[in-house]
Amino acid sequence: MARLDVKKTYKLYIGGDFPRSESGRSYPVSKADGTFWANASQASRKDARDAVRAARAAFAGWSTKTAYNRGQVIYRIAEVAESRRDQFEAELRSAEAITAAQARTYVDAAIDRLVFYAGWADKIAQVVGGANPVSGPYLNHSAPEPSGVVAVVAPAGPLLGLVSVVAPVITTGNTCVVIASEPHPLTAITLAEVMATSDLPGGVVNVLTGSVAEIAPWLASHLDVNGLDLTGVTDPDLARTLEEAGAENLKRIRRPGLEDLLAPPPLDRMTKFLETKTVWHPMGV
Amino acid sequence: MTTTNSTVSSVSEATASDAALRRFLHGLPGVDQVGAEQRAAGLGTRSIKTSAKAFAIDLAIQMVDLTTLEGSDTAGKVRTLAAKAMRPDPTDPTCPATAAVCVYPDMVPIAKKALKGSAVKVAAVATAFPSGRAALDIKLADTADAVEAGADEIDMVIDRGAFLSGRYLEVFEEIVAVKEACQGAHLKVIFETGELQTYDNVRRASWLAMLAGAHFIKTSTGKVQPAATLPVTLVMLEAVRDFREATGQMVGVKPAGGIRHSKDAIKYLVMVNEIAGEDWLDPDWFRFGASTLLNDLLMQRKKLTTGAYSGPDYVTLD
Repeated sequence: MARLDVKKTYKLYIGGDFPRSESGRSYPVSKADGTFWANASQASRKDARDAVRAARAAFAGWSTKTAYNRGQVIYRIAEVAESRRDQFEAELRSAEAITAAQARTYVDAAIDRLVFYAGWADKIAQVVGGANPVSGPYLNHSAPEPSGVVAVVAPAGPLLGLVSVVAPVITTGNTCVVIASEPHPLTAITLAEVMATSDLPGGVVNVLTGSVAEIAPWLASHLDVNGLDLTGVTDPDLARTLEEAGAENLKRIRRPGLEDLLAPPPLDRMTKFLETKTVWHPMGV
Repeated sequence: MTTTNSTVSSVSEATASDAALRRFLHGLPGVDQVGAEQRAAGLGTRSIKTSAKAFAIDLAIQMVDLTTLEGSDTAGKVRTLAAKAMRPDPTDPTCPATAAVCVYPDMVPIAKKALKGSAVKVAAVATAFPSGRAALDIKLADTADAVEAGADEIDMVIDRGAFLSGRYLEVFEEIVAVKEACQGAHLKVIFETGELQTYDNVRRASWLAMLAGAHFIKTSTGKVQPAATLPVTLVMLEAVRDFREATGQMVGVKPAGGIRHSKDAIKYLVMVNEIAGEDWLDPDWFRFGASTLLNDLLMQRKKLTTGAYSGPDYVTLD
């Protein structure tokens, strides 16, 4: 007797769980050759709201972990991802019609990117903060602090795109809600499974799949979101609307622009969502 | 639906003696536990959207007894709470005030002064809240103190020990005595349903308090888990509905403790409408004992008026 395949239901990743969309909707995802691959959940604004709530709840615990510990947790994501290399390579080849060698390049880059940011966790404060020379009897120093909940629109590039935008945000202690690339949502959920089985606390990363044009405006106008990374927004009109909505509560916004994801990432992926606390402390006397 | 075997005459005779009261309370039909829980869960699935939701949120805000019952309460905290009760959302003059603030008796003068000139009432918990473990004269003095200080409403706790050991007349007489001490103030009777074990006991306690002349019956102190739940409130709503049918008198209901989200509050309002009836959809007849609920209601209200989700940075920390 022939064996029936066990088909996977791709769901969302919110607060460490994998719920279906509250709306019950899904949309078909095709492989690069046009054939049907699977259905992905189509998140609604309520899923976005739930995700923000989960991210907010996780913020207190995640941002107060020591930077060293956050680095270890992100390194652990890389470890678990490494053990799923074959799955990622196969998925990338289905999604993008690329060669095995290209797929390997992307998976290598994505895992290396995680290790790269894991290393940054306890070094960023030394690079962008430090003691300031002031003309007075004060010890004056600045320290970068996380902003809070950051909403991220991930660029195309099923695996590397997502890792490149999520890792820098959480490395510094923020929590995030990320809208996965609309045509390639499945690998994002596979990566969510990696995060769920590593040491990352639930709610630090929340992955939504679905229409960017539908969900992003709700995140941009949400008053409990502190930052907005628009890297994956390709429509300039939408980007503009989102920036305007985000201005309401002075969100920190990173504008979309052309970027080579394989190149070493710019520092502002991290610094954009940090705020600097400067302390003046009297000394001497 | 419940049917009571009580007629007007049996209600008036019920409190004649300990035996008669026991006969009456134990003669009340038993609560179908599974049925009550299913009915409550079923009513909780109703979809309340747009204009109905806006109505429900404003009504729920008007029904809130904004509560602070901590050992660490200070005069400053009570004044802050009073200011919030009068104007929950300072950025929006169309936002209604809450029904009352609920404090310990020693805070009543401060609350009264802070609320002067507004329609917000002052409720005080009395009778050795929250355990109710004190002699009757102490409980009565506690009540009289709060009333003297200007409390408009008194939230008393029943003696759960006496109730559970079946000394119903003792509980009845205590409620009657406290009601007398209340003079003009409204009396809310707290059952602490988390300690009553069964829904049958909740139904009996409801009838007992209503027979003794309670203006309101209230689920919990908020100090014991579980506090207010939908099925318990359902049983109490059935009791006030049946009591009005039997005697013509209307009694209010106040779930307190554990109601934190607008969605929960709306579920309660649906249940009030479906079980007790529209007459109870009024701050005079239904209240929420809550503190954090108000913030969630305000955030939801803001979402409806501005179209954007609000956040905890835009409401007070209390």
